[in-house]
Order: sequence, then structure tokens, then C-alpha cells
Amino acid sequence: MALKKVKGNFERMFDKNLTDLVRGIRNNKDNEAKYIAQCMEEIKIELRQDNIAVKANAVAKLTYLQMLGYDISWAIFNIIEVMSSNKFTCKRVGYLAASQSFHADSELLMLTTNMIRKDLNAQNQYEAGLALSGLSCFISHDLARDLANDIMTLMSSTKPYLRMKAVLMMYKVFLRYPEALRPAFPKLKEKLEDPDPGVQSAAVNVVCELARKNPKNYLSLAPIFFKLMTTSTNNWMLIKIIKLFGALTPLEPRLGKKLIEPLTNLIHSTSAMSLLYECINTVIAVLISISSGMPGHAASVQLCVQKLRILIEDSDQNLKYLGLLAMSRILKSHPKSVQAHKDLVSACLDDKDESIRLRALGLLYGMVSKKNLMEIVKKLMSHMERAEGTLYRDELLTRMIEICSQNNYQHVVDFEWYITVLAELTEMETSAKHGCIIAAQLTEVGARVADVRPFAARECGALCARVAAAPPGPASREVLYAAAYVLSEYCEEEEVMLNAVSPLLACAGVGGGYMRARAVCVHAALKLCARLLRARRDRNMRDQDIELIRECLAGLRPLLCSEDMEVQERAHNATALLTLVLRELSPGDAVLPAEEPPSATGLLVEHEQSNGLENADDEETLNQNAKEDLIEELAQLFDGELKPVAPKAQKKVPMPPDLNLDQWLSRDRWSSESSSSEGEGEGEEGGPMFPAPHDARPTAQFTPEELDMLREARRQEQANNPHYLKDDSPRSYQQDDIPIAEIALEVPLQIHTKRSDKYLMSRESSSKKKKEKRTTKKRKAKKQDKHSTDSESEEWERRPAVCAGGELPEGAAPSDDEPPPPHDDPHHALDLDLDRPLREDELLTSRLQQYPSPGVGLLDKKKDKPAKKSKNAENDTPDKPVKKKKDKKSKQRKQSATESIKNEKTEDILLIDGVFKSNGEQLKEDVVENTELTVDEGKTLKTEKHKKKKESKNKDQTISSKKRKSTKKDKHESKTGYEEALGISTPSKEVV
Amino acid sequence: MIKAILVFNNHGKPRLSKFYQYFNEDMQQQIIKETFQLVSKRDDNVCNFLEGGSLIGGSDYKLIYRHYATLYFVFCVDSSESELGILDLIQVFVETLDKCFENVCELDLIFHADAAHQVLDELVMGGMVLQTNMAEILCRLQEQNKMQKAEAGISAAPARAVSAVKSMNLPQQLRDMKLPDLPQAIKDLKF
Repeated sequence: MALKKVKGNFERMFDKNLTDLVRGIRNNKDNEAKYIAQCMEEIKIELRQDNIAVKANAVAKLTYLQMLGYDISWAIFNIIEVMSSNKFTCKRVGYLAASQSFHADSELLMLTTNMIRKDLNAQNQYEAGLALSGLSCFISHDLARDLANDIMTLMSSTKPYLRMKAVLMMYKVFLRYPEALRPAFPKLKEKLEDPDPGVQSAAVNVVCELARKNPKNYLSLAPIFFKLMTTSTNNWMLIKIIKLFGALTPLEPRLGKKLIEPLTNLIHSTSAMSLLYECINTVIAVLISISSGMPGHAASVQLCVQKLRILIEDSDQNLKYLGLLAMSRILKSHPKSVQAHKDLVSACLDDKDESIRLRALGLLYGMVSKKNLMEIVKKLMSHMERAEGTLYRDELLTRMIEICSQNNYQHVVDFEWYITVLAELTEMETSAKHGCIIAAQLTEVGARVADVRPFAARECGALCARVAAAPPGPASREVLYAAAYVLSEYCEEEEVMLNAVSPLLACAGVGGGYMRARAVCVHAALKLCARLLRARRDRNMRDQDIELIRECLAGLRPLLCSEDMEVQERAHNATALLTLVLRELSPGDAVLPAEEPPSATGLLVEHEQSNGLENADDEETLNQNAKEDLIEELAQLFDGELKPVAPKAQKKVPMPPDLNLDQWLSRDRWSSESSSSEGEGEGEEGGPMFPAPHDARPTAQFTPEELDMLREARRQEQANNPHYLKDDSPRSYQQDDIPIAEIALEVPLQIHTKRSDKYLMSRESSSKKKKEKRTTKKRKAKKQDKHSTDSESEEWERRPAVCAGGELPEGAAPSDDEPPPPHDDPHHALDLDLDRPLREDELLTSRLQQYPSPGVGLLDKKKDKPAKKSKNAENDTPDKPVKKKKDKKSKQRKQSATESIKNEKTEDILLIDGVFKSNGEQLKEDVVENTELTVDEGKTLKTEKHKKKKESKNKDQTISSKKRKSTKKDKHESKTGYEEALGISTPSKEVV
Repeated sequence: MIKAILVFNNHGKPRLSKFYQYFNEDMQQQIIKETFQLVSKRDDNVCNFLEGGSLIGGSDYKLIYRHYATLYFVFCVDSSESELGILDLIQVFVETLDKCFENVCELDLIFHADAAHQVLDELVMGGMVLQTNMAEILCRLQEQNKMQKAEAGISAAPARAVSAVKSMNLPQQLRDMKLPDLPQAIKDLKF
């Protein structure tokens, strides 16, 4: 037997070790997957061996495979086995594997609790250190709760190495188990003044991380940090402290004022670039927080900007990058001082390094003004043409749009120029994503700037023509969506309308991939057609009208069987409508479907018309009126202006007081509103007797009266509802004529030169002329009247009106009072008041008392033999915490044995309430369990056994969890002390 | 906080990966791949900071990297870390590796990824910087290795002998070592 074992072990020596595995993988480059699959099989066999060294070897190999992307979660149990080995070598392998593959939600993690506790309390500092390092990677809520105390004890270890690791570890514990923060905080504070610089640095690190998310709770530490900052020479720690101050100053301006001086000194004195940079950053934060009203304030800004300029001009790209990054922070509060360095920023725009260009782009945002916007955008456009990386291109485009549209187009003076820029960007055919952005801009400018609409419509017409002529690129496909809308909505010029109809219909037929704009194109064509017919109805242009409709119908015909459902649907609609009009205009037209039997009126009209030259004049005019009527009605379908809606308008719509969303939309509702409904009695009758069937579904049988009522109610609702087309506009034939813009069409647009440049040139030339004391009108004046202003200064000021904001429901004010959306940041739970004195029940000791280490591992069976012998073990669930609590309760119940069971029950609940106030769900469960047990009088447990057991449990816990530095000698005192403490901590008991 | 530390070679092969936030294995590989693509197309004379990794981090996170011969050392950090500080940290890491392996090269990391992890564990813990003093780190590592050696003692002798024999020119070994691979290995040796 022994021989066999030795032999087995000996064979195992020839197993592959990690080196062999790596070598093997490198030698099997061609069939790596197969080789690794084979190795996995071997590993599985090795893991079945008893020899721990063999297992460790297997686990080491698994760790390597994990790095290559293989899932090793199946081996979690084996890894735990290796971790629990007594040998440091194996432990190292095990903890490495664990730190690489475990995570907070791993199964079986609870198996590790006691093992890790043992390691944490190991004699050798490296074993404890190893456990801490490993644990930091996979700590879960349960582990954090159960081990918090052990780690806290390590924070006051005699070995700096362990103190340091334990301090860092506490941060992870806080994240997973926020309740530990308050009890542990005094100790953490203590560590800020630890004699060992490493521990100090670790504590600073942890506080910085905590304060970053909840700075206000750490303001009280400012004096300590201030002292550290002025005394310490450890740059690494200084950086952290200075960063921390950067987070604190916005909350406490006085702190900022105090900081300026030492920070300025540091800026002047330090040679370390990293420290210099962080100092500048914090000075900036201070400057932002105190904004102004401080002596020497301007000097500090100047100093920062100067130093940053030196950084940006440095040949080291890293410094250049950081300089720009910090510059963008100053920009927000002191744009003036940054604008002075515009030359520097535009030089960086040409840098070969993409990161730097991106940073410079970010700075541009604050540097544009009305005067230089065109120039900057021109430069960016040229970049756009040569940019190769998608990321940079994306950024360029969004930035360009951003600087133009910022603050409701604050800097855009000439919107025709802006529309041209958008059109040119579209022509670059970058990506669909860009197309969407451009499309949004196009619609927005159209909606907000009324003056530019005719021009925008013309540009959009050109775009549609281009798309119709050649297969569109991805960007055009998206932009067409907006272009078709803008064109049809804002076009006022007949010629443009006329020329746009067939390209639009052609666009709707463009295939080659999904294009959401297609259906919109059909719709736009119909809309243009209708508006055009109305626009020229006064002039007798019947032939042209017929021609137009024929052209339209011809264009629509191929779309009638489009593969896109939406296009098909709309094409059918449009065809039907236009056919109707055409029949009015020219009955018996060849285009009309011949087989269709003419409608009664149509027939009548036709006959009378064909019969009678002798027809009376009034007959003729009547006929004319009917046509106009039809055209008018068709055009009316598209009336009404769409206005911008404020982003939060939907949320602001007040809830009608009588609206009950939970109520069924059954007939009862309607019948209850009107007293004269016959169905009412029926409903009443069924109600109380058969509530279920009555509530289940409203029956669909309505009396005619009810139907009328419903209809009326619906009409009312629609009248008040902004989403329905209002029918309040009188459908009279004498509606005001739409004013027809009599604008001479512009000179044809040249495509090959940059069209947007001409605006820049015209601007420059006009400004030159102005300087020569001119009064010649600007070139733009001949196109539109809006820019014909006299003085230059006024020209910058005068720009088309841009309607800001958007529509809101009545009574709602635009505001940003909405709370930020909640997100699952663990730091939220750490937002605790740290200065409040600790409550007794918050101490980690008492917590551990309530929660004995759960699921003590299979690996450490010795420690775990508590409740098995107790009487109630058979009928109880294996849930240990519950069992224990029950025991405790039973003991307490003994003291108040005179009270009735019922009283007892309530008392228990109150008691629990008092003790475990902060425990949510588990508590509730326990209460339920507990009260159930109380009722179960046969099993009320008053045996000595339980008492003993509880005492021994107590002992265990007090050893590990004493916060006060109790030695093992006064274990008993501390135990009794604890009992008393428990009594104090449960005031509700006395109350009851 | 440091979110991840990645080491990979010029071809994107991972040599060391440490994630301080959980990602499953597939995701980890994707992150490595994406990071490699972002980093590898950058010239050596551009800055060492990179924004725009989509898989890891987000707006608050940055990639800070250094390129040494055949290896990229990439740290993914959030805004609480000092950019220049992390660059120094990478330098400390590499110098410490250099001391541990005596003229470290890619092959050392390939065959001793576990040792590299041990170095890293003394440098960074749970995403936070633990120790930046190289002498201190080396001292801690030496003491731990001493423990390991003492533990192995006599019992490890046969295993060591076997592995020594295995490393010698056994016929099997020769067959395993495909000759075309040798030039590659030699190339890798140049650090």
C-alpha cells in the first residue's frame, strides 16, 4: 500500500510543471487549443490526487491558462484546498489563483472565511500579508462582514508591513460592508499619524479614495492633512494629499484661501513635475471655488497659466498633454486668461499626437467667439478631411457642432454659413453616426431660426438632388431624413418646390440597405406637392398643376410595391390623395386608373362638364371652387408649425387630479360620469357579488348612447391633447393666402470650392471695406435683408433671432431640479457622518455576536460543532444565525418568564428592533422565524446546554473581535462586560 | 484606483494581467485585445496617456502605458491617480522585475508569470499603491522566497532533480523543441 503511494508520488514527479506547460504551448502554436484541452484533462487528473504539491502544481498551471482566457471557475474548490495548505509555497500558488479567478459573487466563497481568518492571524507576517493581498481581489459582502474585525486588529499590528496592508484592505471592506466604516474610522484616523511612512501613505490613500466620493464627511480631517502637507517630503503622499484638498476646497472656501500660500511655495520650489502638476491642479480647484474677491487672486491664476504654458511648450509630450488638460480646467472659470494663449492651443491642433490634438480640441470650446468662430471651424474642417482615426474624427465633428451650437448658437452670426458647413460635413460621407448628429442640427436650426429657413430648404433640396443622382453614403442616408423634413416644411420658393418633388421620390426608391429617411421622403414629396398646388392656385396654372400631379404619380408608382412597408403604405396614401385631386382637375386623365368606377359626384361633374359649353358661369365657378376646396384641404393636412419642445416637457406635464391609472377603463367609468346610463345598475349589481369576473375585463358591448358619449369624451380629450392635430382652424375656403416669398433665386452654388469659405471671405472683405469708411452694403444684403446693418460692431451683435428653450406645459418652469439618476455606486452607502459618536450597537463586536461566521468550511470542521446537539436542531433549518438568535431569545425569555407568551412576542420584536436597527431584510426574516418559534411552546428551550453553548460562542467572538485591546487574560471580565453592554444596548427591553 | 494592469508583447499576447475589478475571462481577453489595438498603433514619441478605451472604465478612466522593447506595460487608472505618478510606478515595477530576474526580458515573464505577480503584489494591492520604494519591495520578496526555499528543503530535492533532468537534452525535449522556433526565442531574448 505504502509502496504504491510512493510509486504514485514518484510518477507524479514527471507531471508537467508550469514551465513545461508554457513550453508546450509555445511549441504547439498551430494547434494550441487542442494542446491546451489535453493539458486541461491532465490537470483535472492531477487535481484528483491527494498530494497537495501535485494539486498546487495543477492550480499554478490553471492560473496561467486563466490569463490566456480559459475559464477556471470549475476548479474553485481545488483552489481553496491549495490555499488552505500549511505550506507557504502552496498558499502562494493558491492565493494567486484565487486573486485572479475569484470574484465577489463566486460560489463557495463562504468556505474560505475561517481559513482566511486563520491566515490573517498567522504568526508569520508574510502569510497574513498574502491573505490580505489575495482577499483584496475577491472580498465579498459576507467576507467583509465576518473578517472586518480581524483586519481591524491587524491595523494595529506591530509590523508596519501588515499595518500598511490592513489599512489598504479596510477600504475594500468599507466598499463591501459600509457598516464597518464608522467603527473603523477612528483607527484609520490614527494611522494618518503612524510612525511608519508607508502606513501613513496607505492611510492617506484610503482617506483620499473615501473622500473623493463623499468629500464633505472628511472636512474635519483637513487640519491633519494640512500638517502632513507642510511637513512630509514623500512626494507620492503629497500628491495624494494635494489631490484630496482639491476635492475638499469646493466645500470649504476658507480652506482654499489657506492653501494658496503653501501650494504656491511648493510650485516654486519643487523639482518633481508630478508634484508641480498636482499643485497647479489644486490651485485651480481653489481658484474655481473662491472665484474672486481675494487679494492676489489674479496673480495665482497668472502663475498657473504661466507654469502650464511652460509645460505645454515642453518637448515632453506627456507634459504637453497634462498642461492642456489642466488648462481646460482653468478655462471653465477664467476663460479670459486662457484665451491669451490661443496661439499655443492652435499649434497643438497640428500636433502629430492624437491625444494632444483631442485635448486641444477640448480647449477650443471656450476660445471661440463670434469673431473667430468661422476661422476655427474652417481649420477643423480641413482637419476633418485628413483625419484618419475614427475616434479623432468623431471627436472633431462633435466638437465642431458643440462649439457652434453652444449656448443656443451664441457665437453663430450667420446661419447660412452654418447650414453650408453642415451640408459640407454631410458631403464628406463619414459615418452614419455623424449623419445622425448633423441631421439633428439641421432640424434644430430649422426649428429655431426662422430667418434661415428658406436657405436651409434650398440646401436641403440640393442635398436631395445629390442623393437621388448618385448612391448616397452612410452620412447622407441619415441626413436625408432631416433634409426631407426641412425641405418640405420650410420651403417657400415655388421653383425649389417644383424641382424637389421628383428627387424626393427618387430618394424614396434608393435601395442598398436600410434607410429610415425613405418613408419621410414620400411624405415630404406629397407635402411639397400639396403646398405647391395651393401656392399657385390663384394663377391659372391648371396645366402645370396637372403636369405636376402626373409627375408625382409616376414617381410614386414604383414605390407602391416597395419592399419597405412604411414606404409602401405612404406611397399608397399619397397616390390615393393625388388621384383624387387629379380627377378634379382633369377628369378622364390618362394617368387615372381606368377600370375604377367613377364615384357618383365625379361622374356627375364629368358629364356636366363635357356636355356643356352652354353651362352657366356660376356652374363653372362652383366647379373651380370645388377644386380649390380640395387642394386647400389637402394642403391643410400639412399645416401647423412644429416648435421645439423643452427636454423635460414630458415630465412636467401635470398629472390630472382625477386620473387614476389603476382603474379599469371599463364601462363603469363612463357610466358613473353620466347619471342617465342604463348599464349602471347592471354594473352595480354584479359588483359586490362577483367581484372577480366584474373586474377582470370590461365587456365590449356599448349602447349607442354610450358610444356617443365615449366619442364626445374622446373629442374633448383630443382637443386638449397637444399630440392630436387640432381641428379648430376653420375649414373655410377664404382662408388667408399663404404669403408667397418672391425671392429671386440665388446664383448657382459652386460645388468644387469650399462653399462655407465664401462667408468667411465676404465677412473679411466687408470688414475691410468698413474700415475704409465705407457705407457700401455688404454682399449679403442683396440676398437677404437681415444682415444689412450699418456698423461693424452692430453686425456682430445683430444676428437672426434664435428661439431658445422649448415648449413646456402650462405652469411648468424650466429647471434642473430633478435629482440625478441613481446609480449603483458603492460609495453612496459610504456617505456616513463620521463625527457622530459611535453607538454601542455599531461596534463590530456586537455585530459579530449576531452573525456567527456562516457556513464554516468543510475544510475546518473542528471549529464548527455548535448546535448539532441541541434539541431543536432536528426541527430547525440549517440556518445557523437563526438558531443562535433563538437561543439568545430563549435565555432572555427566561428572565421574563412571568409575562404571557403574547407579550413576549411583542417584546422580542421590539428587542430585535432595538438591537439590530440597521439590519434590513435578514432582520425581518429573523423576526418571523422567531415569533413562530415562540408560539411553538413545546420547543421553548430553557436548557442549560444552550446557555453554555452561548457562552462558549461568546468567548470565541470576544477573542477575535474585541475592539478594546483586551488580552486573553481578561476574557471572562470582558465577556461579562459584554453581557452588560448588551443589556444597555437594548433599551426597548426596559421600556416594555 | 488602478482598475487593471496589463502586460502584453508587441503582438498583443498577454504576459501578465491583473484586474482589480471583476471581468469574466472573455471580457478580460477583449479588454486586452482592445487595449493592445489602441496602444500599438501609437508612435513611440507620442504621449503615454490614452483616453477612449470603451470596454474598461469610461470617461473617468485613462490608460497610462510605457513601451519597453517588446513589452507594453499598461495601467488603467481613474482620475484619483496622478498621471505622472503612475508613469513612475511603471518604471519602479519594471526596475524591480529587472532586479528580480537579472536583466529581465520577455521570456522571463513568459515562464515566470507567477513571480511577476508576486512582485506586483508588493507594489499594488487591490488597486491601490502599496509600496513605491524598490529596496523595500526587494527585501520583502527575498524574505518570502527564503521562506519558500526553507520549506521546500530536502523534500523538494527529487522534484528539482527531475525538473533539472527534464530541462536537459532528453530526446523527448529535443522533439518538443521545434527548431524553427529557436530564432524566435533568440529574438525575444533581446530586451
